[in-house]
Amino acid sequence: MSEERVGVYVCHCGTNIAKTIDVQDVATWAARQPHVTVARDYKFMCSSLGQEMVEQDITEHGLTRVVVAACSPHMHEKTFQGACERAGLNRFMFEMANIRELNSWTTRDRESATQKAKSMVRGAVERVIHHRPLEMLPVPINPNTLIVGGGIAGITAALDIANAGYHVYLVEREPSIGGHMAQVDKTFPTLDCSACILTPRMVDVGQHPNITLLSYSELEQVDGHVGNFTVRVRKKARFINEALCTGCGDCIEKCPGKALDETFEVGLGYRKAVYKPFPQAVPKYPVIDPESCIFFQRGKCKACEVVCPTHAIDFNQKDEYLQLTVGNIILATGYDLFDARKIPQYGYGRLANVFTSMEFERMVNAAGPTDGQIVLRDGITPPKSVGIIHCVGSRDKHYHEYCSRVCCMYSLKFAHLIHERLPDTEVYNFYIDIRASGKRYEEFYHRVLEEGTHFIRGRVAEVTDAARMPGEEGKLIIQVEDTLIGKQRRIPVDMVILSVGVQSRHDSQEVAQLFGMGCDFNGYFIERHPKLDPVLTMSDGVFIAGACQGPMAIPETVAQAGSAASQVISLISQGTLMMEPIRARINADKCSGCRICNNLCPYYAITFHEDRKVSEVITAMCQGCGACVSACPSSAITGAHFTTEQVMSQIEGILWDVRETIPLMARS
Amino acid sequence: MSSEPYTPVIVGFLCNWCSYRAADLAGTARLNYAPTMRPIRVMCTARVEPQFVIKALREGADGVLIAGCHPGECHYVEGNIKALRRYTLLKQMLRQFGIEEERVQIVWAAASESKVLADAVDAMTLKLQAAGPLRWRQTVLNGHGAEHAVRESAEVRRAAALAAQHVEGER
Repeated sequence: MSEERVGVYVCHCGTNIAKTIDVQDVATWAARQPHVTVARDYKFMCSSLGQEMVEQDITEHGLTRVVVAACSPHMHEKTFQGACERAGLNRFMFEMANIRELNSWTTRDRESATQKAKSMVRGAVERVIHHRPLEMLPVPINPNTLIVGGGIAGITAALDIANAGYHVYLVEREPSIGGHMAQVDKTFPTLDCSACILTPRMVDVGQHPNITLLSYSELEQVDGHVGNFTVRVRKKARFINEALCTGCGDCIEKCPGKALDETFEVGLGYRKAVYKPFPQAVPKYPVIDPESCIFFQRGKCKACEVVCPTHAIDFNQKDEYLQLTVGNIILATGYDLFDARKIPQYGYGRLANVFTSMEFERMVNAAGPTDGQIVLRDGITPPKSVGIIHCVGSRDKHYHEYCSRVCCMYSLKFAHLIHERLPDTEVYNFYIDIRASGKRYEEFYHRVLEEGTHFIRGRVAEVTDAARMPGEEGKLIIQVEDTLIGKQRRIPVDMVILSVGVQSRHDSQEVAQLFGMGCDFNGYFIERHPKLDPVLTMSDGVFIAGACQGPMAIPETVAQAGSAASQVISLISQGTLMMEPIRARINADKCSGCRICNNLCPYYAITFHEDRKVSEVITAMCQGCGACVSACPSSAITGAHFTTEQVMSQIEGILWDVRETIPLMARS
Repeated sequence: MSSEPYTPVIVGFLCNWCSYRAADLAGTARLNYAPTMRPIRVMCTARVEPQFVIKALREGADGVLIAGCHPGECHYVEGNIKALRRYTLLKQMLRQFGIEEERVQIVWAAASESKVLADAVDAMTLKLQAAGPLRWRQTVLNGHGAEHAVRESAEVRRAAALAAQHVEGER
C-alpha cells in the first residue's frame, strides 16, 4: 500500500469554500498525510485549468489516486473522473470530499469547518487507497420512448421524437389528449384561439405512424433502468371497441344518461354517459362512464348498442394491461389548479357568482357550456361589473409561497375578453404586482390598461354579499386595501373571478416514487439542475417537461418538451450508454449457499445454482444498493466501490483526530 | 468526568439518493447546522453494516446517524426497511455494551427535506452534548487494554453477523 501516490486538490470555489474553510491550511496539512504525494489548493478546480493541473500531476508525479475536496459528487464527480481518465488513470481511482454543500455552506464557524474539511479529506484519502479500477458497463438503449401525459408538453415531445423516426408510447389518463390547453379559449398575449393551434397537433399525434396513443390509460409500474425500462400500463375499459368504432357520435346523441362534467367543463356543463370530453377529442372514440350509464346502474338501456352502426359497444370490456419496453421516459404530467374553496373568505362554492378562472375560461369559450356568453350563475344575466382577484392561492405563505406565473397574464386576458364581449361592463383587477415578464406581455398589459380596466393594487380581504352601504344590495362586495392610496375600499360587483394558481398534481409524490426521483416542497419534480439541466432528473433516462417541473406558460412548456425530446433522441442515437459498474459480486469460493441474499435483492438479481450450491449476482440486473453485501454472513459478496474495506478505512480517516489508540486493535 | 461543553463527533451514513441529496440541499439552501457530522456516502442505508456503526464508535465517534429515504420511498424499493431492522437489533446490542440509545439514530430525510436532516444533526448534537463523550475504552472495555479489546472485537463481529442473519431470517 505504501507505493500508492495520492494527489489531493482543495478547491476554493471562488469564495464559496474559501470564505469558511482555510483551504490553504487544509492543503498544507493534507500534503503531510500518509500516502499523499502532492496537495494543492486552487480557485476553481472544476475549471479547465484546475482539471489540467490534476492531469499534469498524474503524469508528472505518477499519481495513482486522486482526491478532490470541492463540491458535491453529484455536481462534479464525473468532471474529475474525466480528468483522471484523460491522464490515463482509471476513473474509479478517484474520490471526492464534499466540503462545500456538506461543510462550508452549512456553518460560519471557520475553525470547526476547517477541522471538518480535514477529516473529510483524510477520510477520502484513506478510502481512495482501497479503490480498485472498474470498467463501465455498456447498456444498449431501447429506441422506444414512453411519454406520460398528453398535454401540450407530451404532445410536443411525442411529435418531436416520432418525427425523428423513433417510436413513442404516449400515455394519457383522460379519454382525450389535449390537457389544460384544450380547455382554454384564447392564449395570451397573442389571443390565438387555443383550440386552433392545439387541435392540429393533436390530430398529428393521433395519425402519426410512430406514435402509439394510449389514452384513458394509467401507469401502474416501472422497472428497469435507462435504456431498458419495463412499464406496465393499465388501459381502462372504455366499453367501446376501438377497432370497430368510427367515432361517428351516434351513441352520444342517443344516450339518455347525463352527468355533470366535472373534468373538462369544471362543473359548468353536462355530458352524456357515453361521451367525448370535447368534439375535437383525439382519439375520436368515446368512453362510457359506468357511474352515469343507465345500463351499468340499472341493468337496462343499451340505447347506444342499438344505434351503433358498427357494433362497437362492448359492455363486457375489461381493463387491459400492457407491458411496454422502452429506453427512455418523459414525464409531462402537468399541474392541478388550486382549490379556491380553501380560501373561504373569497366565498367560492358559497356565493353563486364567484367563479374560478377555469370556469370563466370555459364560459368564455365559444365551444363551452354557455356558447361563449359571459353570464352569471343563473345562465342568462350578463354582469355589469366584474372583479378579477389575482394571486388566489399563490404568493401566500398559507397556501403556495411561489408565484404561479400565468395568473397575471390570463387575468389580463379575461379583462380584455370581457371588454370585447360586454363593452359596457366595468372590470376591476385586484393585484399584488403585475408580472408581465414574457415576450410581448408588458405590451398586452398596456393594451388592457388603455381599454379602461380598473387596476387596484392590494390583496383582497374578503368577498361578501352582506351589503352595508347603498348600492351594495344584491351585489358581491370586494373588500380590499388599496395600497396605492392607503385606503380600505369596498367595490360592489356582479361577478367575481378568482385567478387560482397552479399547483403540483395531487399524485405527483406517488409518480415520483414510481420513478425513484424526488419532489420539492411543493410537489414539483426536481430537475437535475435548475438552470443547466432543467429537463433531466436524478434518474437516468427519466426526463421532465412542462408544468410538472414548476408553474410555466405554454411557450416555456413547449420549449422544455422540445428539449426533453432532443435529450431522448440524442441518447437513442448513441445506441449504447455506459453505466456505472457499482454492482455486487459473489465470491463463489466463500459463498456458503445459505441463500440469505437471494430474497433480499429487490431486483431479483441473485440466482442460486443448485448444482454448485452457490449464489450468483446477475450483473446487468444489479442496481448496486449493497443490501446483500452487508447481509452476507460469510462476507462473500463485494459491493464494488463500496467495499467493507473502503468504508472501514473512510471511517478511520474521518475520525483521524479523535481516534483512541486502543493497542493491538488489529485493522479488520 | 468533566462537565465542560465538548463538541461531539458524529459519523453520518447518508444514502446516496435521499439523505445525501438532502444534505446537499441543506448546503445549497445555506441552512446552518452544527458542523459535527462527518459524512460517509453509501448507496443505500441497507449497505450500513452493524460493524460500520460499531467501528465508528470504537474509533472515537460519539454518535452515529444513519439517514435514508422515507419508508416506501427507497430508491432500492425497501433497503431502508432492511436498515431499520438491523438498526433495531443493533440497538439491543449497544445497550448490552452500556452505550446510550441516543448515540445511534436513524432518520428518514427525503431529497427535499434538507431541514429534517439539518435538524436531526442539531438535535443529535445537543443530545450528545448532554450525554457527554462516549469514551469507548472506559464505557465498553472498562478501561481494559489489548487482550479485552481483541476478544471484544471478535465478539462484536460475531454478534453483528448474528444480528444480520437474524434479520434476514425473519423475512
